[in-house]
Amino acid sequence: MSGSTAESAEPAAAGVPVPSEPVAELSNITRLYRMGDEEVHALDGFSFTFRKGEYWAIMGSSGSGKSTLLNILGCVDRPTGGSYRVRGQEVADLDDDELSTFRGAELGFIFQSYNLIPQLDVLENILMPVMYQDEVPEGIEDRALELAKRVGLGERLHHRPMQLSGGQQQRVAIARSLINDPALILADEATGNLDSKTADEILELFDELHAEGKTILLVTHEAEVGRRAENILRLKDGNIDSVERGVSREGEGTDAQ
Amino acid sequence: MRAVRLGVSSLLLHKLRSFLTTLGVLFGVASVIAMLAVGEGASAEAQDQIRRLGSRNVILRSVKPPQVGDEDAEMRVLSYGLTRDDFERISETFPGVDQSVPVLQTPAEVRSGQLLCRPRVLCTPHLFQSVTRRDLFSGRFLTEQDEANRSLVCVLGYEVARFLFPFDTALGERVKVGEHYLEVVGVLNSRLPVGTITLDPSSEAGGEVFVPLSTGRAYYGERQTQMRSGSMDIQEVQLHEIIVAAERDIDVPVIAAACRSMLKREHDEKDYEVIVPLELLARAEETKRIFNIVLGSIAGISLLVGGIGIMNVMLATVTERTREIGIRRALGAKRKHIVTQFLVETMVLSGAGGVVGVGVGLLIPWIVERAADLETIVEPAAPILAFGISVLVGIVFGLYPAWRAANMDPVEALRHE
Repeated sequence: MSGSTAESAEPAAAGVPVPSEPVAELSNITRLYRMGDEEVHALDGFSFTFRKGEYWAIMGSSGSGKSTLLNILGCVDRPTGGSYRVRGQEVADLDDDELSTFRGAELGFIFQSYNLIPQLDVLENILMPVMYQDEVPEGIEDRALELAKRVGLGERLHHRPMQLSGGQQQRVAIARSLINDPALILADEATGNLDSKTADEILELFDELHAEGKTILLVTHEAEVGRRAENILRLKDGNIDSVERGVSREGEGTDAQ
Repeated sequence: MRAVRLGVSSLLLHKLRSFLTTLGVLFGVASVIAMLAVGEGASAEAQDQIRRLGSRNVILRSVKPPQVGDEDAEMRVLSYGLTRDDFERISETFPGVDQSVPVLQTPAEVRSGQLLCRPRVLCTPHLFQSVTRRDLFSGRFLTEQDEANRSLVCVLGYEVARFLFPFDTALGERVKVGEHYLEVVGVLNSRLPVGTITLDPSSEAGGEVFVPLSTGRAYYGERQTQMRSGSMDIQEVQLHEIIVAAERDIDVPVIAAACRSMLKREHDEKDYEVIVPLELLARAEETKRIFNIVLGSIAGISLLVGGIGIMNVMLATVTERTREIGIRRALGAKRKHIVTQFLVETMVLSGAGGVVGVGVGLLIPWIVERAADLETIVEPAAPILAFGISVLVGIVFGLYPAWRAANMDPVEALRHE
């Protein structure tokens, strides 16, 4: 249970209990890429703990390792070294099939380009992660319906992604990421393809989810978007550059490194 | 079932592409069925013809030897063919012979009133009917008494009877065969299937008139005269045909061999031929087998080409949908889910091609039968086989693209544009 951050988590938005249990624990994570004869350390001994109910913006310039971190957090990539535990489960212990099921059950993905399946309608897209689980929970259709309404698409359940605007597609993606009540919601430049007004709506949705106690990790390179999060984690050269806590609460953050 | 539905909806995203891909298998399956049907029909027809000769029979026929001597002679007698001695030897000394029937053919015209036709006039004893298994349409066949009395009677083939007596029964009527009047005592059934009777009195199968052998010898003789410009061609043939019926099927090859060696010994020239329907049947079956293999291979190749087409398109599809694969993997799809998804899509493609192909494949023989007047036989196994192969093609050619899809690195796949 030993996180790398010894300081106790500060209270987040009003009503969220603190301190909370760790959701994602990374310790001494290394990710090595071999490019010809050269070895590139995309992540170099990265250690951090994300706790339940936290809302983090992960920022950094390109090449800082944030994409690699996101891939590892999302269990689509495996670290070369180190340990990564989600809700206490050591990810390295899972084989490919188990890891697939684990992704579907414990993680919610939101991508920059929405990534809905074009041949499926809204409801089917929301249900997507459930369909690959070994057991389909009862009443899951009702839950999907509820989520569709929740993100404001109750009227468009049987529309195909092509028939929706970007903002609407991203809402579907958010509903999809929530269907399995995941431990961690990973958003990769979720507002990158949207105009500022729509982006604002999506970020408001994130605020709501945060208020409900969901754990959200938002990767972004836009400072404005990052400031909407509760905390900011900055990366540089494959390791932590700075950690800012209580950004949105205080309005203006201070470097806490 | 859900997988199939999703597969269909993916394929419907690219309707034209899916349709074109399906065509390959469609044509493959259709050609398998059509080729087998036409081949089967052709060989069935050939076998039917052979069977009409009687599978237990050995048929010896006189054959005019190649012309020898001076062509300019004004009159000559060409004597060749099977002899009465041949017949005696066969019927008396050969083991395993049940019956042997001599046939003398005379080139007489057959008339009734104004109607005239030129059927084959066969002079033969009563045994002919049982040996060749002819059915009577009406009246009776020739009898032993006819033979003994040299009766002036004849039995008509169905087509001849219908030609000479279109509106009336032929029984009891007199027809003029050559220079002599013969009473019609019987009419045989046509040997052609109902519906294909052409009423052609000169046809091979139906244009026949039967006369007692003794009558034939007495009234028509063994010499046949043909007038040609300036010269007279006389042929003397003692017997045109000897039909030897074996007691059992296994005697047939023995009798055939005995006939061949006997005739070779007794005849200086090869003025005869030995026809063994059983051998022909075996050969026809062999031919049919080879035919089927060749046709099947050709059709198989077209199926193969169809399969390759499907694989090609699926590989392109997998590349095109790399991102979708990445999304699905990220959202919890195992490798086997991806394999299943693409395999199902391939099988839906090839299966749809198979179903339509079976339809087209059944339609082609139907059209051929009506348009080209060719007999076709669709074996019940053929459509099932063809459809099965199409599904198999789907599996075989779908596996590799599906495997490629499943083994993509999710990170790479997600990054793919």
